Amino acid sequence: MLNQPNLTRPAAESRNTQTGENPRPLPSHPLAIIEPTKGLVSLNLVELWTYRELLYFLTWRDVKVRYKQTVLGAAWAILQPLFMMIIFSLFFGRLAGVDSKGVPYPLFALAGLVPWTFFANAVTSSGNSLVGSANLITKVYFPRVLVPAAAVVAGLVDFIIAFLTLVGAMLYYKVGLTLNILMLPMLVMLTTLFALAVGMWMSALNVKYRDVRFALPFVIQIWLFVSSVIVPSTALPQKWRWLLSLNPMSAIVESYRAALFGLPFNWQTLGIATVITLAVLTYSAYSFHRVEKTFADII
Amino acid sequence: MPPIITVENVGKRYRIGQSQAPYSTLRESLVEAVRSPFKKLARNNGPAEFVWAVEDVSFEIKPGEVVGLIGRNGAGKSTLLKMLSRITEPTKGRILLYGRVGSLLEVGTGFHAELTGRENIYLNGAILGMARNEIVRKFDEIVSFAEVEKFIDTPVKHYSSGMYLRLAFAVAAHLEPEILLVDEVLAVGDARFQRKCLDKMQDVGKQGHTVLFVSHNMPAITRLCPRTILLDQGRVLSDGPSHQVAGEYLSGGLGTTAAREWTDSSKAPGDDIVRLRAVRVRTENGEITDVMDIRRPLAIEMEFEVLQDGYVLSPNYHFFNEHGVYVFLAGDSDPAWRNRPRPRGHYVSTAWIPGNLLAECTMIVGAAVTTPESEVVHFFERDAVAFQVIDSLDGDSARGNYGGHMPGVVRPMLKWDTRYTSG
Repeated sequence: MLNQPNLTRPAAESRNTQTGENPRPLPSHPLAIIEPTKGLVSLNLVELWTYRELLYFLTWRDVKVRYKQTVLGAAWAILQPLFMMIIFSLFFGRLAGVDSKGVPYPLFALAGLVPWTFFANAVTSSGNSLVGSANLITKVYFPRVLVPAAAVVAGLVDFIIAFLTLVGAMLYYKVGLTLNILMLPMLVMLTTLFALAVGMWMSALNVKYRDVRFALPFVIQIWLFVSSVIVPSTALPQKWRWLLSLNPMSAIVESYRAALFGLPFNWQTLGIATVITLAVLTYSAYSFHRVEKTFADII
Repeated sequence: MPPIITVENVGKRYRIGQSQAPYSTLRESLVEAVRSPFKKLARNNGPAEFVWAVEDVSFEIKPGEVVGLIGRNGAGKSTLLKMLSRITEPTKGRILLYGRVGSLLEVGTGFHAELTGRENIYLNGAILGMARNEIVRKFDEIVSFAEVEKFIDTPVKHYSSGMYLRLAFAVAAHLEPEILLVDEVLAVGDARFQRKCLDKMQDVGKQGHTVLFVSHNMPAITRLCPRTILLDQGRVLSDGPSHQVAGEYLSGGLGTTAAREWTDSSKAPGDDIVRLRAVRVRTENGEITDVMDIRRPLAIEMEFEVLQDGYVLSPNYHFFNEHGVYVFLAGDSDPAWRNRPRPRGHYVSTAWIPGNLLAECTMIVGAAVTTPESEVVHFFERDAVAFQVIDSLDGDSARGNYGGHMPGVVRPMLKWDTRYTSG
C-alpha cells in the first residue's frame, strides 16, 4: 500500500522533467533585436517602466552613501541654504536694502535658496553621474537615463529636509498660508523636471567632453544671479525683464514665493517656464537616447 | 528546435585613435568643426585608423545549450559578450535574442564599499536585473552561499577580498535569466570557492538555462560546456565539441604554451612573499617542448623569486587533461626544503614526470606555491603551461601494437607475468 504512490511518483516526475528539458516554447518574436541604430529612435518608455525598481535602488544608494560618508549627514541639506541666507541677508537685505515685496528679507532669500539649492545640486550631481558610474556602464545593460535621473531624485530627499528649515522660518516670522500653497506640488514637479532635463543633457555631454565637469559649477554660480533668488525680477528695468523669462528658474523661484507667501503668481512667466522646461526635456531625452549606446565605448 | 540566440554577421569596429584618447575636449571639437572641410579628406585617406574587434561572426545557440567561448586576449570574446548583453552596439549585422538576458561580465558590478553586505545584495541584484521580491525570496540562500552570515550588516569595505568576491558571486549565481552570459569571473577566489562556483554554473546549465561562458580555464570549459566556439582576431576559428576545440586552441599555440615568463616582477603572479617568474616544459636534454613522448620523462620547471626570508614554501603542480579531469597533483617532496624556511633569492624547482605514466592527452599544468602549514596560496597560475602527450606506434609503449582508442587517464607500463601450462 505504502509503496504504491512511491511507484507512480517517479513516472510523473520524469514526465515533468521531460517537459522541463524542453521548457517554455520560445516566443515567436525575439525579445530583443540588437543591430546598429539608424535614423530616428523611439524613446522606449515601456522598457523604462520595467526598470523602475532600479531607479529606486540607485536613488536609495545615492542617498544612503551620501549620508554614510558625511559626519553631519542630513544637516548639510539644511546648512547650505541657511548659511547662504545669512550672508545674503547681511549684504543684500541690510546693506543694499533690496526690496523684498513686504516679506522679511531672510525669509525671502531662504524661499529662493531652498529650491535653488535643490536645482543646483541636482544638476551638478546628475551632470557628473554618468562619468562617475563608468564601471556600471561598461559592465551591465540598463537604460542609462536612470543614472542621471536617480541623482536628481536623490536631491529631492535633501530638498524635503531643507524645506523643513523654510517651514521653521515661516513659523518664526508668523507668515500665514493662503490657497496659493496648492501650487507647491506642481512647482516641485516643474523644478524636478527642469533639473532632470538639464542634468541629463549635461551628463551625456560630460561623457564626450570632460570640460563639462569644470564648466558646470561655474555656470551654476552665474545662473544663481539671474534666477531671482537674491533680488526679485521686478528690480530689473521693465525692458530687460523678458530676458529673465527665458530662464525657467527665475519664474520657478518667484512662483515658490508666491505659493508660500500668498503673493500674486505671474502666470505668463510661469507658463513660458513650463513650455521651455518641456521643450528642453524632450530635446535632452532624445539626444540622450541617441548617444547612450555609445557611452560604453567612449566613457 | 529553433535557436534562442542568433548571431548574424555581427561586426564591431573601433577607432584606434579613440582608444588612446577616450574623450575629446570641447575645444578640439570646435577646432575640428572649423577644419571640417578637410576632415572629409582625412577620412578618405585611411580605413587604417579603424580596427574590427569582431568581424563577421555568425552562430546559433539552442535553448538549454551551455557553450564555451575561448580565444586568446584580444580575440573579441569580451566585445562579443558586450554586444550580446547590449552594453555596446554592433557596427554591422544583427543579434536576435528569444529570452531574457542576464550578463555577468564582472563580479560585484555596482558594489559600493560604504554599503553593508545586505544593502549590496539588494543593489547588486537590482543592477543585474532581479526584481525586488526575487531578491527577498533568495536572500537567505545568497547569504549562506557566500558564507558571510556574521558580517551581513558590516560595510563591505571591511570585508576580506575573499569574502567580497564570495558575496558578489553569490548574488550573480542566483540570477535566473533564460540566457546567462558569463565572462571569466571564475578566475577569482580560493580554489574551494571556485569549485563551488563551477558546480553552481553546472546546475544552472542543467536547469535548462542557456549559458555562454567565456574563460581561459580550459578544464572548466571542457567540463561545463559540451560545445565551444574558438575566436581568433574577431572571427570564429572553430565551433564544435569542446575537447576538440580546446585541443585545437592549446596545440595551435594560440594560448597556453610550453613556456611562460613574467619579465615584469610587479605584474607576475604572487604576493609580497613570493613571485612566479617562469614555468617551462623541458625534455631530458633540456630543450623546451610542448610534446611529450609517452615513453620518455619530462621536466616541468618553475622559476620563482622569494622576497622575504623565513617562510616554508612548497611549489606544486596541478595537472588537468583537455576534458577538465584533474589527473594528479604533485607537491615538492624533496626533504631538503620540505620544512625548512627559505632564504630570499631565486629558485628553480623541477619536477620530473616519468615516462610510461600518462595517457595520450593535452595536459594543462597549473603552477602554485603554497605554505602548507597555514594553507596560504601565494599564487596559483591555473593554465601556466600545456603540453601534448603523444603515443607512438613503435610497439614499445604500453599500447603495444594496438592502434585503436585506449581509454583512461594513465597508461603505465605494467610488469606482466605469464604462467603457462601446456594443455
